[in-house]
Amino acid sequence: MKFLRADLHIHTVLSPCGDLEMSPARIIYEAARRDLDIIGITDHNTTRHCNLITRLAAEKGIFVLQGAEVTTREEVHCLTFFENNDALETFQEFLDENLPDFPNNPLIFGHQVQVDENEIIIYEEKRLLVNAISKTVKEVEVFVHSLNGLFIPAHIDRRKNSIYSQLGFLPENMKADALEVSRATMPEQFSDIHPEINKYPLLRSSDAHYPEQIGTVFTVWHINEPSFSEIIMALRGIRGRKVVTG
Amino acid sequence: MKITDIISALDLKVISGNNGLSNEASGGYVSDLLSDVIGNAKEGQIWITLQTHQNIIAVASLKDISAIIIVKGFIPETDTIEKSNAENIPVLGTDQDTFNITGHLFELLKKE
Repeated sequence: MKFLRADLHIHTVLSPCGDLEMSPARIIYEAARRDLDIIGITDHNTTRHCNLITRLAAEKGIFVLQGAEVTTREEVHCLTFFENNDALETFQEFLDENLPDFPNNPLIFGHQVQVDENEIIIYEEKRLLVNAISKTVKEVEVFVHSLNGLFIPAHIDRRKNSIYSQLGFLPENMKADALEVSRATMPEQFSDIHPEINKYPLLRSSDAHYPEQIGTVFTVWHINEPSFSEIIMALRGIRGRKVVTG
Repeated sequence: MKITDIISALDLKVISGNNGLSNEASGGYVSDLLSDVIGNAKEGQIWITLQTHQNIIAVASLKDISAIIIVKGFIPETDTIEKSNAENIPVLGTDQDTFNITGHLFELLKKE
């Protein structure tokens, strides 16, 4: 088995708050430079950059968890990941159906552009992606799991857009595959105050919006190979696979 | 003022928690961040929110909230309704938005 480094929360230029430098090519360049083995692509309420990044990453031997950072109706941010393109496309349709038809103003929120491998703009998302979709935390969790995806409440230590800020505390029996702690906090610091989080695997990721943030924090995974099924085994502690926080 | 009197004065719909309808409301609190309600709501207040998650009942119970008004016609989730019935905390519904229902409640309680 191997010890692999993963940063599972990275935005691209498609997120309005993502820096214009966060093209798929640049993200892969930085991820390779930082010796990351696995990266998670998590734009706000969209998965449209995942396929290109996965293709570019494969050339560098980097494994990509494809997904999105969903803003639920309660304005809780949750990371979601999917094993294959069928599930990813179904989830993109779910996002398209449930994102309010409210236009982005790039001057206020930033540009929402999709680019190709040569950083040429090929699509602009007109709807504001940081808006809350019309589905609740529970509804998103149920839908993600119906697609055999991963559901991970994001930056639970943050005072905005976290499950704690929006819902007060961790909902009873929440079916999360893991919980994410932001780069500002060590998981142990947060679990000292909230020991109830210890029943979930704890991940720490960069939530990178700028190239220099990629891989500044990461989680080490003890798995056989970088694959979706090995990652699930680690989250469930099956056959020696595990998450070792970095 | 009794919750039942507020229900009839403001034309609220009783969604759940019927056993708590004789509770007394001492005032109101308005917030959609549950962490803020935990920190700042006072015992006996009616809480006005757009949140429908089951955690609202736990927060209301923790803070001895007299009733919850859910705005804009939102329907609470099933587990929210079950917990409301178990905790005897009424969940009331209105089609009005937060600004309007809060204004009406404020005027009503001011008369007391």
